[in-house]
Amino acid sequence: MRVRIDPRAEQQFFRALLWLLTGVTIFILFFIIFYVLKKGLPVVSLEFLTKNPVEMGKAGGIFSTILGTVALTLLAILIASPLGIGSAIYLTEYTRENWVTRVIRFGSECLAGIPSIIFGLFGFIFFVVKLGLGWSLLSGGLTLAFMILPTIIRTSEEAIRSVPYCYREVSFSLGGTRWQTVTRVVLPSALPGIATGIMLGIGRSIGETAAVIFTAGSSLHIPTSLFSSSRTMSVHFYILAREGISMSKAYGTAAVLIVAILAINIVAYTLMNRFMRKYR
Amino acid sequence: MKRAEAMTRLERNEKLIRVALLLVAFSAVSILLVITVFIFGEGTPIMFKYGLKKFLFGLDWYPLEKSYGLLPMIIGSLFVTSGALVIGVPLGLACAIVLTEFSSKRLRRILKPVIELLAGIPSVVYGFMGVVILVPFIRDHLGGPGLSVLAASIILGIMILPTIISISIDSLEAVPRSYREGSIALGATRWQTTRMVMFPAAKTGIIASIILGMGRAIGETMAVIMVAGNAAIIPRSFLDPVRTLTSNIALEMGYAAGEHREALFATGVILFVIIMVLNTIANLTSKRNAP
Repeated sequence: MRVRIDPRAEQQFFRALLWLLTGVTIFILFFIIFYVLKKGLPVVSLEFLTKNPVEMGKAGGIFSTILGTVALTLLAILIASPLGIGSAIYLTEYTRENWVTRVIRFGSECLAGIPSIIFGLFGFIFFVVKLGLGWSLLSGGLTLAFMILPTIIRTSEEAIRSVPYCYREVSFSLGGTRWQTVTRVVLPSALPGIATGIMLGIGRSIGETAAVIFTAGSSLHIPTSLFSSSRTMSVHFYILAREGISMSKAYGTAAVLIVAILAINIVAYTLMNRFMRKYR
Repeated sequence: MKRAEAMTRLERNEKLIRVALLLVAFSAVSILLVITVFIFGEGTPIMFKYGLKKFLFGLDWYPLEKSYGLLPMIIGSLFVTSGALVIGVPLGLACAIVLTEFSSKRLRRILKPVIELLAGIPSVVYGFMGVVILVPFIRDHLGGPGLSVLAASIILGIMILPTIISISIDSLEAVPRSYREGSIALGATRWQTTRMVMFPAAKTGIIASIILGMGRAIGETMAVIMVAGNAAIIPRSFLDPVRTLTSNIALEMGYAAGEHREALFATGVILFVIIMVLNTIANLTSKRNAP
């Protein structure tokens, strides 16, 4: 005989269960952030941020790794942004949906799914070895640029698409060419959305380890040129934690990393929200 | 006369710009091609030299003795990824359902972006949390070395949560309102509506979110290295250490040379193929029901 369960009792049971699971999920995610910040923030001081690491990071601060992170991220953004925004402009303004756009989208989606360690392998064999760039900012920046390109393409495309079509019609009716319309009407309106994609790309570059460690190397010196090897904060944190060099410095580095990434992502989402509200 | 000349110049520029943009637009595809060519170019020769069978089904990974069996790592990746799904999917889906069906709109407006923010936490930080909290806990309470399949599964399960939650919420939200209203009007409870109407309607998106999460779990490297123990043998229980395909590459890339390095690229080839298959499946499932 089949047991009949009162639907309302069933609902109560599952509602309780689902809320419990949700509670656990949200607790775990917040716990990680608070734990790292609680242990790490006391380590962070002006000295920690402005002194170079001493004895492989056992003492001193993380200044050179902050510089390395900034330089590498800037480089990646400078390379990836024109390519990504250009691709998005072509996909939205210069063509209809056809096999070419399908191929481009498919390629971009596949690229987005490739794990960072594969980018690291590729960057190592292509930039470091084949092109002879060595472990350098340039190798690392190019590898990261390739990695964040799909993010920039996707967000720029969404941003450009959400600019109302009548903006373009007005520009065309005034005799503007397509390129004039794009550069003087569409892009300025889509800028906040595009900036969101770039911010997300920055966030991803800062947190990346696997793709960077084999392409930019892990030198603790302050980088002086595009060809000098440099260590990013993530790589520094990984080495400190994995080799057990200094737990307190590791927590400090992690706290700086998390604060930087959260700040950037929050700016990105706020920009996106404002932008989306404007056109809805 | 001058006006006409100006027009032709503009028109010529337009053509140049169109061609330039087309070239730029192919950058992603060309990068994908170059990556494929280089990874396969470095990795496949050694696979065929020793035989594909030995690579895929060999049990021994002793690079210094030219023995390159990848089976322990393939099985390791499989174990760890399934473990991550066992932990991440119920938690993630529960969260998505609660936020779309059982909570106020305000709570969802706040929590969804917050959960998406968490996707930005670097993987090394997750790995580090595993090392300082999870691994000692497993060692003290469950036995074994602590660095284990279980630890890696839990950490990866947590890492894929934002992916699963955010895409599942999107697909549940995309279900037309009338579906839910119709079901409620027929006297179904909220839970019945969720289970029998919303879930089936959002199924493809939810499956895509799980596959993407799976891809993230298989591809994750640094967090796994830190908590998995990395012994290149097939684990006998979930408390044994394990090495995945990704950690195999990252652990030895620093010093490998010659054939050893090629074998690591071969590991990359296998990883690459698995990821591509998963991506294609995710793409196809999410597109089939798209409007």
